Amino acid sequence: MKDKLKNIFKGGLGQLTIPIIAILLLIIFNLIRDPSFFRITVELNNDGNKVLAGNLISIINAASELAILAMGMTLVTAASGGQDISVGAMAAIAGSAFVKVLKSGGSINGLLVIVAFLVAVLVAMLFGAFNGTLVSVFKIQPMIATLILFTCGRSIAYWINGGATPTVDSGIVKAIGGFIPGCPIPTPVIIVIAMAVIFTLVFHFTSLELFTQSVGINGSAARLNGINATWIKLLSFIILGACVAVAGTIGVSRLGLINHETLLLDVEMDTILAVAIGGNSLGGGKFKMAGSILGAYVIHILTVTLYAMKVPSTDVKAYKAIVIIILVVIGSPVIKKWFAKTVARIKNNKSKVPVKGAQ
Amino acid sequence: MKKKLGSLLLAGTLCVSLLFSACTGGGATPATDPGTSGGGDTPAVAAAGAIKVGVVNNPPSESGYREANVKDMEAVFSADNGYELKTFYSLKNDEQLQAAQGFITEGVDYLLVSAAETTGWDEVLKNAQEAGVKVYLFDRMIDVDESLYEAAVVSDMSAEGDLAVDWLLSQNLPEYNVIHIQGAMGSDAQIGRTGALDAQFASGKMNKVVQQTATWDEAEAKKIVESVINSGDSFNVIYAENDGMAKGAVAALDEHGITHGVGKDVIVMGFDCNKWALRELLAQNWNYDGQCSPFQAQVISDLIQGKTTASSKKIINEEKGFDATTITQADIDTYGLGE
Repeated sequence: MKDKLKNIFKGGLGQLTIPIIAILLLIIFNLIRDPSFFRITVELNNDGNKVLAGNLISIINAASELAILAMGMTLVTAASGGQDISVGAMAAIAGSAFVKVLKSGGSINGLLVIVAFLVAVLVAMLFGAFNGTLVSVFKIQPMIATLILFTCGRSIAYWINGGATPTVDSGIVKAIGGFIPGCPIPTPVIIVIAMAVIFTLVFHFTSLELFTQSVGINGSAARLNGINATWIKLLSFIILGACVAVAGTIGVSRLGLINHETLLLDVEMDTILAVAIGGNSLGGGKFKMAGSILGAYVIHILTVTLYAMKVPSTDVKAYKAIVIIILVVIGSPVIKKWFAKTVARIKNNKSKVPVKGAQ
Repeated sequence: MKKKLGSLLLAGTLCVSLLFSACTGGGATPATDPGTSGGGDTPAVAAAGAIKVGVVNNPPSESGYREANVKDMEAVFSADNGYELKTFYSLKNDEQLQAAQGFITEGVDYLLVSAAETTGWDEVLKNAQEAGVKVYLFDRMIDVDESLYEAAVVSDMSAEGDLAVDWLLSQNLPEYNVIHIQGAMGSDAQIGRTGALDAQFASGKMNKVVQQTATWDEAEAKKIVESVINSGDSFNVIYAENDGMAKGAVAALDEHGITHGVGKDVIVMGFDCNKWALRELLAQNWNYDGQCSPFQAQVISDLIQGKTTASSKKIINEEKGFDATTITQADIDTYGLGE
């Protein structure tokens, strides 16, 4: 136990150090600012369910889409050494497909919602495969390859919607984006946990994690060792596609409305940030998905804190940028090296003193 | 010496090129004449007397407003009503300018413009005047001399805000604690819809609980309202500058068990009059929805056919605002946007 504690202070948390420190700092800041920030209450919502409410619930609830996207983005980053900037546009496509199927039938029942969700997943995975093919087979830079969908994705969503912002009014859809009757925890949070469990199981029972890392570290070496690098890269984009579909579905279900222009707008940048704050190298290779998920929550604690302080939302982005610059610089190799050196120097000095004393 | 020779040569070429350009310029002016006369001929050929109208607009994908606007244009300037309609849609000013020039050369009788940008239209509109093409502006003003167009049928965004705020004042609430969710800062709609409410905040008649922009984003609007609820501040009015953001705000209210609508705790106000939003009004879940009318085609058509005459160059399109207690299904069918 003592050793473990010592390890933590030595930076033994590894790449999770930065996001955890960031979360702790934000919590301390809020405790000083206004302890009631952390108040959690049980309220009766307008559907007659007892649900949890409070800033903390808002944070973990609102960060759900981002956390799910960050999971997929971590894999893509690790395997391809680049990022997918089309996730927001793809989420709009997936969300539009989801609503399109829902509106095709007469009444919305459980089966139709499942079918709609599966269609959304399939569509997003196809678009993910499109991105992945450009990157893995044609060796196009991920950012350039995904720029195509980034540019035209929301137009595709517009075509699917037929120009309008269709709405769906259904208890089931409301339950996906809000609360399941009788359950006080927001459904999106449960979905995030489910996704995290799925990834943990996949990493545990398959060699996906190992293969992805080896492809990311050195593709040629991985290939020589019999790993199909092209397939692994392609797979990472397809998995991200599935994550995008889940996030898009949640986003649509929250309000029962698909607006192709604003659904998960600018989320791609936040997603990449979450991966970066999580201490993952944006150049690919080793990765820790937990870091990215924590990164997503860091971003939302920051946002909700700023809103609670009534900072004008036009300024929120600027404040966010400042905090993120600090985090990223602290996490940069140069600062890390300097920090390690300083620590080593202090230690050396200490160890020298008793030696001198002995002489 | 060499330098001098070089500069002489340069000056020489400049003179020559100037001459040539003058030539082409001179050549161009007479060239347009047969063009316009040709344009004059074509209506004679199409002796049915169809009025040729060229519409330069923003694409319907821009917004629900634009979609309704485009549909309205197509419906009013139809062949049945005696028109021959040519349309061009783009968000880019230079593309719009080219298309407008194209319509003039093709010899349309009327040119209808909703410009992407307010500047750069002088030359094209002058060309139109020379070619005898009459110009109407709709939806948006352009920075040109009034003499270059017949009339501009536009929305007065501040009137729309005034209408909404007047309605709110007529509710005679003992206290107005307003959550104000703004659209993208600097857009016409935001400025117009914010102005009237800001005046009330300034005069002290209404209290500003929070004023934040959600840049038309529904999810962001929900977060803003949620943060107010979590902070424990009390409020009784939500003034959202479009329907989507109002829906986001209402989602936050629903999750926290706060009632809204006619005779409930919180008054909900939206803008745009999407059909689904008006249905919320009909169900009395919301209280008010304002509209910046996208229907200018009939006004212009009446002007073209001489049924009405413009008293001034700027014609303000009548704005609408619906109250949940008086709205009817017929209103939704007539004025609702989208589906």
